[in-house]
Amino acid sequence: MNVAGHYSYWVTIFLMVAGLYIVIARGNLVKKLIGLGIFQTSVYLLYIAPGKLIGGTAPVLADSFKIYSNPLPHVLILTAIVVGVATLALGLALVVRIREAYDSIEEDEILEKDRGEEDPR
Amino acid sequence: MIGAHLPALQVVVPLLAAPLMVLVRRGGFAWLLATAVSWVSLAIAITLALRVYESGTISYPIGNWPPPWGIEYRVDAVNAYVLVLIGLVASIVAPYARLSVAAEVPRDQHYLLYTMYSLCLAGLLGMAITGDAFNLFVFLEIASLSTYVLIALGRNRRALLAAYQYLVLGTIGATFYVVGVGLLYLTTGTLNLADMVVRLREVQEIRPVLAALAFVTVGMGLKLALFPLHFWLPNAYAFAPSAIAALLAATATKVAIYVLLRFYFTIFGPSLVFERLPMAEILIALSVAAVVIASLVAVFQRDLKRMFAYSSVAQIGYITLGMGLVNEPGLTGAVAHLFNHGLTKGALFLLLGGVALRLGGTNIDRVAGLARRMPLTSFGIVLAGLSLIGTPGSAGFISKWYLVVGAVERGNWWLAILIVASSLIAVAYVWRFVEMAYLRAPQAGAAERIEAPAAMLLPAWIMVAGCIYFGLDTSFSAGGARAAAEALLGGLR
Amino acid sequence: MRPESALLAALAIPVLGSLGIAACRRHPDLRETVTMASAVALFLSVLSLVGPVLDGARPEVSLFQVLPGIGFAFRVEPLGMLFSLVASGLWIVNSLYSIGYMRGNREQHQTRFYVCFALALACTMGVAFSANLLTLFIAYEGLTLITYPLVTHHGDDEARRGGRTYLALLLGTSILLLLPAIATTWTAAGTLDFTDGGILGGRLSDAATGALLALYMFGIGKAALMPVHRWLPAAMVAPTPVSALLHAVAVVKAGVFAVVKVMVYVFGVEQIADLKSVDWLPFVSGFTLIAASIVALRSDNLKRRLAYSTVSQLSYVIFAAALLTPLSVIGAALHIAAHALGKITLFFAAGAIYTAAHKTQVSQLDGIGRRMPWTMGAFVVGAVSMIGLPPTAGFASKWFILSGAMAAGQWVSVAVIAASTLLNAGYFLPIVYRAFFRAAAGEGHGEAPASMVVALTLTAAATIGMFFYADVPLGLARAVVGG
Repeated sequence: MNVAGHYSYWVTIFLMVAGLYIVIARGNLVKKLIGLGIFQTSVYLLYIAPGKLIGGTAPVLADSFKIYSNPLPHVLILTAIVVGVATLALGLALVVRIREAYDSIEEDEILEKDRGEEDPR
Repeated sequence: MIGAHLPALQVVVPLLAAPLMVLVRRGGFAWLLATAVSWVSLAIAITLALRVYESGTISYPIGNWPPPWGIEYRVDAVNAYVLVLIGLVASIVAPYARLSVAAEVPRDQHYLLYTMYSLCLAGLLGMAITGDAFNLFVFLEIASLSTYVLIALGRNRRALLAAYQYLVLGTIGATFYVVGVGLLYLTTGTLNLADMVVRLREVQEIRPVLAALAFVTVGMGLKLALFPLHFWLPNAYAFAPSAIAALLAATATKVAIYVLLRFYFTIFGPSLVFERLPMAEILIALSVAAVVIASLVAVFQRDLKRMFAYSSVAQIGYITLGMGLVNEPGLTGAVAHLFNHGLTKGALFLLLGGVALRLGGTNIDRVAGLARRMPLTSFGIVLAGLSLIGTPGSAGFISKWYLVVGAVERGNWWLAILIVASSLIAVAYVWRFVEMAYLRAPQAGAAERIEAPAAMLLPAWIMVAGCIYFGLDTSFSAGGARAAAEALLGGLR
Repeated sequence: MRPESALLAALAIPVLGSLGIAACRRHPDLRETVTMASAVALFLSVLSLVGPVLDGARPEVSLFQVLPGIGFAFRVEPLGMLFSLVASGLWIVNSLYSIGYMRGNREQHQTRFYVCFALALACTMGVAFSANLLTLFIAYEGLTLITYPLVTHHGDDEARRGGRTYLALLLGTSILLLLPAIATTWTAAGTLDFTDGGILGGRLSDAATGALLALYMFGIGKAALMPVHRWLPAAMVAPTPVSALLHAVAVVKAGVFAVVKVMVYVFGVEQIADLKSVDWLPFVSGFTLIAASIVALRSDNLKRRLAYSTVSQLSYVIFAAALLTPLSVIGAALHIAAHALGKITLFFAAGAIYTAAHKTQVSQLDGIGRRMPWTMGAFVVGAVSMIGLPPTAGFASKWFILSGAMAAGQWVSVAVIAASTLLNAGYFLPIVYRAFFRAAAGEGHGEAPASMVVALTLTAAATIGMFFYADVPLGLARAVVGG
């Protein structure tokens, strides 16, 4: 197996696992969102890296260019970035509201405050 | 003329309604528009379904870009069925929502809620109708993001935390899905699902395909609350506004199940998923765990909404169990249960919304003597509960029947016994309500009649009536499910 | 009336009746009139079916398809005819009785009571006339659920406990065992229609047939085969009219009726007669027969004693059917009717005693026969029929069962029947002795309200009447075995 040749995948996997780890291991709600962001970013890499050919250009039909990069992954990831930004924005907005309601953004403190209050409305 | 564009309109109508609501910023107008949009969606879904049953699969190229280059909307027997379910539930929940939302959500947020309602509808319908793997991801995120907002609008502060937790898990799920799609794209070079099917058959090196399968399974498993990936669900359903809980319980997880069905049976193909991999065994094991454990947990809940939320996890187990049986009756049962359970749980959450409105909560102690105070609501919960149990003559029975026949046909005796035995646990939790509501006196000083308003009762009872009707006349619910099962098992013909 | 319309009417009348009862909830007299009118109308429409059925007609109605190839369909055959005739006829008498009982005891929720009662009758008709297993199953479960509010009528802790046992055992067995049995039958035979000669026809192996039979026998919990009989004593917390019509006639007979129907029309008596794997059934039912009698012997509570007597008598029917001879199957069919008449009389008497004297224990009944001569006279008739002596209906059915056992040379069975007859005498005659030959104690009281006394006299008369005029029931019973 060509380990070095697949280095972009290694980076992807590292980011993915690191992001997931942060989401799981951190109790701070903002840090969790940062982890989530890193996790999502790894996917951008997964898509974009294979679309790039070394020496390739944008797919403009002209006699002087022979090698083209695939533009589709870029377009897809543009969409994914928008989705990621929206998710992050919403997540942060929720954290703001949580902080207003609980006066804390630490998960364990919040759960502690809710204990014994079983009756949802 | 407009008939040809119905597949696009199915998504575009609710999608365009959303910004309109934000521009007008009026709660009443937004509600009216949301209701109208839901009804139009249902009409379109039914028209599409009839057309599919009559003349086969509909393919619609968006912007006239021919597939596989452009995005294709593709309606066949499977997703036509899911579209009708979404349209139906939305059309019933929307009229219900006005009073329920007025009681539970601050006035200035009403128009935002209906905006999100329309967006969520657009996302769910889009997930079901699209024939493009990445487009599906986009719709998934539209549906998810609006759902997070909807849950956060619940009046208890814990709704915020529930929404946050769902946001984290939902995003992880969606990202897993998109990783899976990315791997598939790398191996096949296409995102069009129909095209992907053809190209996957020629792929020699299947390791990335297997990885993709794993990612899609986990990703969708999170969205559909496949045990043990269900942790977000009980809080989300319990703390969301009542109308929203009904919508989510009846549709959101169901669409995710549809996506999984689509990927397992159409894209990857049963021979890869179930013969080369032990997915059937894994699915059955997880489903059995879901059915038994979640049902048992439901028995011990103190809050009715949460109890029925856990019951949802169990019922989803039945659906995935039907998938794992990989034969026609099993799959028919799974698809029929999408619909039947959607109706049943929708009815239950709508009725519980009325209870929450009148009693200020749905804790089991509060409903003592409820039958005297809210007779129609209580009786509706009993009927829907019977459908949940799977009593013959109710919708729930039809799907259970197919599942049992599927298990027997597969030679899995213990599975057949397990399916029916777990219904008995459902009896246990439904009867906790029955005994509380019918066989106990109301708490002191609370004897007056406080039946829910007709505008909420009527939609709920339409669903309850559906639970009974589709237990007797099953030409649509089971017939459509059978057509869907045949289409799934036959691949994309 | 055409037979098909009569069939539809028989199914619709109780449902419409229940709506009428609910509509008249503010006017008790009108409400009870509606009940009586529905009962009479139901009986007449059922009666109008008897002639055609005896002439060999099998009217049928299919309402809609529940599952592909399985309709929600009804078909009148002799056994169902007999069952529905008994149930609908006794509903009239029972309504008369209920009016006296419910008013005499000032019961709560009377409208709910009558509504549920009418719906229970609708489900009973559904069971009796079902054309296939699925329809039977739907009506059977409906009957369980609609009788639950009747069992828990008093709404106190005892009712709640009784209701739990009732529901757990009946729903439990039907969902856990009966449903898989039906699904297996469907997978093996490809049909669920009741067909003369059975539908399984050797499609399953010997062992599988035996296992399937076990699923059916214990799955039909209403037949109260031990160990799934516990729901019946638990159901005695209900008001007595419920115990009388439902838990001595409609519900329990729906159970044994389903058992006989499954044996005759699903398995086929000839088909399984030679199979080794079904030999256990006479033993299990024989055991229930004896064991329940012994429990009855030791119960001091009158209704509980009657309930265990019912468990025992139900096993008679299963036992008779399990002998798998034509004569014994005729006996089984007859016994469904004979036991119904006798046992409803006994329950009526128990309810009358409770209403007039508020007594529930056997040991309290000293000398009551002199204070309530009509009631205890009817009780004697019922008891004699349970024991199986002439001139009562119980004699006729026992005669056929015994003849069947003798014809088959099954001497063990003959011994079981003889032993049980002794036991029956053992738990009924002491009551009669106490009532008539011991001195009365405590305050004096007279008979129960007139409507109750009329009702129990009528059923007692019918018990004797069926001995002398057995043409119709016998004709129907013979038609079951095609003779």
